[in-house]
Amino acid sequence: MNSLLLHIAKNEWKSLLRGKWVVGYGLIFLLLTDSLLRFGGGGPEALLSLSNVMLLFIPLVGMIYGILYIYQSREFIELLLTQPIDRKVLFWGLFVGISTPLMLAFVVGSLLPLAWHSILMTAAAPSAMVLGLGAVLTMIFVSLGFLFGLAFYDDRIKGFGFTIVVWLFLAILYDGLVLMLVFTFGQYPLERFVIAVSMLNPIDLARIMVMLEFDVSALMGYTGAVFNRFFGSSLGIITASGMLTIWLAIPTWIGLRVFKKKDF
Amino acid sequence: MKTFGTMKFFIHISLLLFGLLVIAESAAAQITVRPEGPVTSIQVGIDQAAAGDTVVVHAGTYQENNIEITKPLVLMGIDRPLIDGDNEGTILVIRADSITVQGFDFRNTGRSYIRDYTAILIDQASDFIVEDNHLYNVFFGIYLAETNRGIVRNNRIESYDRREASSGNGIHLWYVKNPEIIGNHVEGMRDGIYLEFVEDARINGNISSKNNRYGLHYMFSNGGTYYDNTFRKNGAGVAVMYSENVDMKNNLFENNWGASSYGLLLKDMRQSNIEGNRFYRNTVAIYSESSTNIQIKNNHIEQNGWAINIKSSSARNYFTKNNFIENSFDVRTDSPRNNNVFEGNYWSNYEGYDLDRDGIGDVPYRPVSLFSVIIEKQPESLILMRSMFIRLLDTAERIMPVLTPKTLYDEQPKMHRIP
Repeated sequence: MNSLLLHIAKNEWKSLLRGKWVVGYGLIFLLLTDSLLRFGGGGPEALLSLSNVMLLFIPLVGMIYGILYIYQSREFIELLLTQPIDRKVLFWGLFVGISTPLMLAFVVGSLLPLAWHSILMTAAAPSAMVLGLGAVLTMIFVSLGFLFGLAFYDDRIKGFGFTIVVWLFLAILYDGLVLMLVFTFGQYPLERFVIAVSMLNPIDLARIMVMLEFDVSALMGYTGAVFNRFFGSSLGIITASGMLTIWLAIPTWIGLRVFKKKDF
Repeated sequence: MKTFGTMKFFIHISLLLFGLLVIAESAAAQITVRPEGPVTSIQVGIDQAAAGDTVVVHAGTYQENNIEITKPLVLMGIDRPLIDGDNEGTILVIRADSITVQGFDFRNTGRSYIRDYTAILIDQASDFIVEDNHLYNVFFGIYLAETNRGIVRNNRIESYDRREASSGNGIHLWYVKNPEIIGNHVEGMRDGIYLEFVEDARINGNISSKNNRYGLHYMFSNGGTYYDNTFRKNGAGVAVMYSENVDMKNNLFENNWGASSYGLLLKDMRQSNIEGNRFYRNTVAIYSESSTNIQIKNNHIEQNGWAINIKSSSARNYFTKNNFIENSFDVRTDSPRNNNVFEGNYWSNYEGYDLDRDGIGDVPYRPVSLFSVIIEKQPESLILMRSMFIRLLDTAERIMPVLTPKTLYDEQPKMHRIP
């Protein structure tokens, strides 16, 4: 069963490499990171810029790739479905096959410049955090892309439109809404509420984790005791990682259910 | 005739005796105190000594407190004798001019909520030297009250009482003139170095860290200088208040974290210089309230939460040639108006260009971001830091300032770090 999963994944890797898109994606991160380090003075500032780019583009690219893959390999999926293969194995094969190359492209593309500018040694923990978050976000948004691809299996325009809207919402509009809420209910103690609301958006979660790593001195100065306690302890990191895991698990699980029951 | 002769003889003798006495006076004697005797108590040694003598104390533990010196002499420890105050009262009191205390360990003063028990108290004396002593578990460390021209040098003061109320200050100066506080190391006290009503203090090369309140607390003390000191991980950083003509140069302020912790807090300061200091990873690097005519020049302000928090009560302060590097927020203020000058600084957050290549950016830099104004109004929105939405708002505001102070900008932002 595992060998079958691997077989499907390998097949995808081959076709992805043939398509060269993944290689291009990795190269973009390579060039970006290198130029950030070369011209941005190096050090934590470059890592921050990298994390900004990562927070914005990885969700978009991940989702587009996920949905695109479902649409492009329709015949391939339907052909495999006629074979005596467990649908669960097929789903995982497809998912691993698409998400790992994307993840690797980002990680390797950013890691190499970080290594040759020797940032990896001087700022190991922040580098690892940025790369790790990028990897997790890739998985989350590929699985979301899969989900939308399966949900709008026959209506590609709708599927792509939905993807773009979801990305816009999560990456930009959501924070605007949070700000609006904060100003509307400004008289009430909002710290817990604001933390809870930010936990509901994976991009915000990743951003907060980056913030915890880079802006600790600002956060330690925050007057709200609840924030201080939350950010000051390791509880913050643990809760955030837990929420990211949930964000990874739920879309994948729904995707799997849809895939299992779908009448192709 | 005969009686006259005897008279003359007596006069001669008394003159001779007097001469001998004078010689004995000028050749300072040395009194030795050691645990195995004959003199086993430092107080007894001091009492036996005449003015100008040296009391040499050899290694060992001396359980004594309230030792008093009331005449000029040198009290010298050989191989660090330990004076243990047995948690009662003050250990050593200096009440005369020209006294030197050198090379001792002091331990266990009394603690009190009413009296300032101290390891070394210098009371209304001048020209003293307190040097190379180690103080552990003391309430107050070295206390200077109404003194003149004294030197406190290379002492080490450590005490670990986490409660602010029950810990005293490391080096405490009250109504003091011309003190020199040099190369001391103070850790875990209430205030590391405390000055009140001090004139022309020189505070150089000290390290003050992990104190419950301020690393250096400067009140009503005009005309002082402090150079090359390190203030690290203090509960509230450094406070310099109600003084004028203070020079602060080449100090390091780092890792002072907390809701009310500042690298350097300025309150009601006038005509002072802050130059060549380094502020690294503080919650707020420089906080200024009701301060005027301060020159803030050539400082290196790096990776702080807020580089500058300047209240509208501060005016005519000049921020020039500073490096602002990777601070989460550059400037925060509570007013839409600006009464201070920011000119020719380097801001790592500057995004402008330099077409004529003269090293100065062609568009002004506005160090107060819209987000810092938002945070001022709604602190909870801090959670949105570094989000795309906030970035868009900030960029829009920089192009068309509406809510941020319109007149607070650096017209000549440097393109490169100032060395």
